[in-house]
Amino acid sequence: MAAEAQATAAGGLAGEMEVEAYRRLFPLAFLERHLRESVRPDARRPAEARPTTVALAAVSSAHGSALVRLGDTAMLASIKLEVMSPSGEAPDEGSIAVEFHMPPICSPLVRPGRPAEVAPVISKNLEDILMSSGMLNLKELCLISGKASWLAYLDVYCLNADGSLFDAALISAVAAFTHLEIPLVSVGDDGRVFTVGGNEGKAKYELVNREKRKLTITNVPFSLTCALHKDNVLADPTAEEESIIETSVTIVLDSSDQIVSIQKPGGAVTSMTTIKECISLAKDRRRKLREILMDNVEAMEVDQTD
Amino acid sequence: MEESRADGRNPNQLRPFSCTRNPLDRAHGSARWAQGDTIVLAAVYGPKPGTRKGENPEKASIEVVWKPMTGQIGKQEKEYEMTLKRTLQSICLLTVHPNTTTSVILQVVGNDGSLLPCAINACCAALVFAGIPLKHLAVAIGCGVLEDGEVILDTNKAEEQQLKSFAHLVFPNSRKSASSKEPNQKEEDSERGLITSITHGVMSEEDYFSCIERGLAASSRISDFMRTTLQKQAPGDV
Repeated sequence: MAAEAQATAAGGLAGEMEVEAYRRLFPLAFLERHLRESVRPDARRPAEARPTTVALAAVSSAHGSALVRLGDTAMLASIKLEVMSPSGEAPDEGSIAVEFHMPPICSPLVRPGRPAEVAPVISKNLEDILMSSGMLNLKELCLISGKASWLAYLDVYCLNADGSLFDAALISAVAAFTHLEIPLVSVGDDGRVFTVGGNEGKAKYELVNREKRKLTITNVPFSLTCALHKDNVLADPTAEEESIIETSVTIVLDSSDQIVSIQKPGGAVTSMTTIKECISLAKDRRRKLREILMDNVEAMEVDQTD
Repeated sequence: MEESRADGRNPNQLRPFSCTRNPLDRAHGSARWAQGDTIVLAAVYGPKPGTRKGENPEKASIEVVWKPMTGQIGKQEKEYEMTLKRTLQSICLLTVHPNTTTSVILQVVGNDGSLLPCAINACCAALVFAGIPLKHLAVAIGCGVLEDGEVILDTNKAEEQQLKSFAHLVFPNSRKSASSKEPNQKEEDSERGLITSITHGVMSEEDYFSCIERGLAASSRISDFMRTTLQKQAPGDV
C-alpha cells in the first residue's frame, strides 16, 4: 500500500496528463465513465444546474439591461426603446424586435463575418416565447393609439458560449425587461412625439405619460435544457457535454408551471418517462431562477431608494 | 360529442395525403409530399465527397436548405433547417458513408398549415428514394390545442389562427412484426418514443401528453401510407 501510494504520488503529474489525454481522445468514454458513478466531469450531479448570477443595470446607456452568468456561459441583454408608428393591424400595441448576437469572442467555433448557425434559431425561439408566454402586455407600450407607440429593441449578446445558450439568453432577456424603465415623452407643436431629455421639456410641452414607469411583468417564463444520453438526463449541459451528446430537450415553463415550449430537435428516440423527468427538473429550476431574479430586483430597488 | 371542423373533418382525421416518387430527374432521390393543400418538394443529392469545416469527418454530414414559397430565407426558415437537420441526423446511419455530405433541398410549393410535419415526411420519403441508409423512418404530425383544450390533428391555415397552442411531433415509423410476446414488448417500448418536439403557445402538461397520445395514434396511419407507397413502387423497379 505504501509503495502504491508513493508510486501514485510520483506519477501524479503523469497521471494528470494521461487523464487529460484520455478526455480529449475518448470524450464519450470519459463522460460515460463519470455517468456510471452518477457524477459529471465538472463534479456536478446529473440533475444539478450550474451557479447562476444576474446583474441588473449592466449598461447605463440602455433603458433596460442585465448580465447573466450561468456557470461559464455569459449573456448580456439590453433593451432600447424608440417611438414609432404602430401597425394598422394593432394600433394600440407596441412591438418587440429580438436579436441574438454571437460575436467571435464568445466561442472558437464562431468566425468573424459569418454569423453562427444557431444565432437566428435562438433569436426566433426567444421572440416566440416572449410573445406567447404572456409575460408582456404590448398595450402598455402604446403612447397614443394609432399614432405613437414604443418599439423595444432587445439585443442579447453571448459573451462566452459554454453550453445552454438559450437558457442563459432567456434569463437575461427576462431580467432586462424587469429592469426596463420607460422614459418621459412629450408631444411637440407639429404633433411629433419625442423623448424628454431633462427638465426643460416639462415646462414647454404636454407630457404624454406622467412619470417614468416599469412594465407589468406577469407569467415569467424560465427554461431548462437537458442533454439526454441513454438513461441519463443531464441538466444544464456545458458546451463539452453538448458536443458529445446529440440529444437535448429544452423546456420552458411559466409562473403557473404551464408549458410554454418543449423543443427537442431530433436526437435519439425519447420515452415519455424521460420527458416527464425533464419537466419535473424544469419546475424545480424555474422556482430557483425566480428566487434569484426576485432577489436581484429587490436589491436594485433598495439601491435606488438609497 | 365530436364536432365537425370547418372542412368537414373530425378532430382525429388527417387531410388526404399523396406522395410522388422521384418527380425530379437530376436529384438522386426526390419526393413530392402533399397533405391537403400543404405541398413540399424534397430533393436529395449525395452522398458527395468531402465535409464542410466544423463537421465530423468520421461521419456523414447532412446539409438542409429550406426554400420558402415567397420571400427570402429568414429566421423561421433557419429554425426549420436546424430542426430538419437534427431530425434527419437522428434517423440516418451516418457511419456508413464517412467524410461525405448529403444535401437535402426543400421547396415549399403550397402552405396550408402544418408545414414542418409535411416537410419532414417529404424528406424521409426522398431519403428512401435516394437509397440513403436509415435506421428507421420517421413520421411527423401537427397537433393543435384549441381554447377549450380540445386537441385536433393536422391543422390547416385557418384553424391555426384559432389555436391556443400547437405541437409538431415526430415519431419513429411504426413496425409490423409477427413475433413472440417478449420482442413485442420491447418494440412497443421503443415505439412509444419521441424524436422531435416543437411547440408554440402555452399549454398544460395534460394537453401536451394528450397531443403525444393522439399524434402517436395518427402516426401509424402515415406509416401505413408510407409503406403502401413504397410497396407500390417496388414492382416497377424489378
